Amino acid sequence: MAEKIDEAQVRKVAKLSRLELTDAEVGEFTGQLSAILGYVEKMNELDTENVEPLAHCLPISNVFRPDSVKESLGTEKALANAPQRDGDFFKVPKILDVGSGA
Amino acid sequence: MAQLQHKVIVGLEIHVQLCTKSKMFCGCAVEFGAEPNSRVCPVCLGMPGVLPVMNKQAYEYSVLTAMALDCRIPTFTKWDRKSYYYPDLPKNYQISQYDLPLGENGFIEIPLESGRTKRIGITRAHLEEDAGKNLHTAGNFSQVDLNRTGTPLLEIVTEPDMNSGAEVRALAVELQRMVRFLGVSEADMQKGHMRFEPNINLAILKDGVEYRTSIVEIKNLNSFRALERSVNHEEHRQLDEFLDTGKVMKMGSKTTRGWDDEREVTVLQREKEEAHDYRYFPEPDLMPVKLAPRWLDDIRSHMCELPLKRQMRYVEQYKLSDYDAGVLTAERSTADFFDEAVEAGGEPKRVCNILAQTGLRKANEKGCSIAQLGVQAIDVAKLAQEIETGRINASSAKTIFEEIVKLKANVFSRATVEDPLTVQRIAEQLNLIQKSDAGELEAIVDQIIAENPKAVEDVTSGGKKSKKAKGFLLGQVMQKTKGQANPKVVSEILAKKLG
Repeated sequence: MAEKIDEAQVRKVAKLSRLELTDAEVGEFTGQLSAILGYVEKMNELDTENVEPLAHCLPISNVFRPDSVKESLGTEKALANAPQRDGDFFKVPKILDVGSGA
Repeated sequence: MAQLQHKVIVGLEIHVQLCTKSKMFCGCAVEFGAEPNSRVCPVCLGMPGVLPVMNKQAYEYSVLTAMALDCRIPTFTKWDRKSYYYPDLPKNYQISQYDLPLGENGFIEIPLESGRTKRIGITRAHLEEDAGKNLHTAGNFSQVDLNRTGTPLLEIVTEPDMNSGAEVRALAVELQRMVRFLGVSEADMQKGHMRFEPNINLAILKDGVEYRTSIVEIKNLNSFRALERSVNHEEHRQLDEFLDTGKVMKMGSKTTRGWDDEREVTVLQREKEEAHDYRYFPEPDLMPVKLAPRWLDDIRSHMCELPLKRQMRYVEQYKLSDYDAGVLTAERSTADFFDEAVEAGGEPKRVCNILAQTGLRKANEKGCSIAQLGVQAIDVAKLAQEIETGRINASSAKTIFEEIVKLKANVFSRATVEDPLTVQRIAEQLNLIQKSDAGELEAIVDQIIAENPKAVEDVTSGGKKSKKAKGFLLGQVMQKTKGQANPKVVSEILAKKLG
């Protein structure tokens, strides 16, 4: 039986993704996501005992480029679509959480 | 307060910025200090519909470093997306490697103060992209500069094998020296090329029972000093906290702290509960990497003798002090220059003295490496030989070295480049060749003896004044020869004549 997704899980994922959903949308997506999980469940019926895990759907590997510099956009173009700018910077709401730095 | 027996346990995460010309997944230049948001393109800006392409050099640098760390290098790796919602990485995910890192289960030897080394386990090494920079300005806004976004970072994670702030620092310094020797990173701390995140807790023995305190991770340290001090501070803080509260480690009790450099304390950072729900999944935009044996061999061919090994070799093979060997192996260019001069016939200890006392000082003054001073390794070998045979003394060697630097700095005297007779010529020009010819010196000694009967009497009568008088006569000979007499030969002649 597929482990169906509930509304609390949808709300959590939405929050993590910084998405604001209406109650109606939460209901709608809970149904849709459950259907998707149901479909995945169906695939679990396949016997994959001797099948190597697949990292990518294309049978290609080692796609590289040489370490050479190409021209960048430049500051003006880079900032052209920014909702807000402050001089040469993107201007964003103050970041309170010091979690950045990757 | 009861002094409990305790041990600090530290593991370290290190981010090393690789010294590629371009970014990890696009051709934008990696450049420190460029105008804000000038080194960006649709790929690193995270525009819809763009595709990343791997920088081969970054991959090879990473594998080479993993090899130097004695890691197992899997022949198959892939990329993953790590969810990340901050404006300094506008794609809303970071491309990283989750379950198949490019290196794992390695180790690094670090030098301890005792002169011994300690082996620290390396859990894994993986490649990822850096985020941009948030600048906090006054008011309710932050400024974002995305120039750094997409810069290749090698993340190295150690086992919790370190037991003091000094050991953590030693590892950081050793790693810096290693990546510089390998030529994979400039590892310039000022430019943030190395960033550290130690994980720290304590094992405390109380009434025969061992307790463990909760793990604390300190974020984003970018100097050796802050790294060492924050670990030391955290050791004391956790011990005090345990004595106060008796709290011990349990599931999910790990916290994150920042380092306040001015007050020299760690400060608790508040984080959202779900902050670490990274929801990794395979990156569909990038192909996996397969390392064929031939490619691995090719990468391995760039391996060099690593700094700590080289330092130990200098001590063993050339009988240099650990300190001297450390000075010579601080930078690869210095170590290479030293090896070249020794190979050209310079006695190692003398070559070391010339480089440490004159060469490095001069290089430091000029802000360049020893090799860039214009002095050839063969010149230094010659200087060492001339000191060895007594033709010149150590202070003349310094004068000649500095004279060569001066000549090479002058663009009009390029003719002297690679001249095997440089040292001899300059020594002659500056009258620095010591007179060692016994016959010639004997005549001068005779003259001095004749001119100073009082001193001669003091020497021959022995007693207190004898030593001083000998020194006086030697000084007279040196003065007569304008400092060019070999003092050793003169002393021998004096001893022979005056008994």
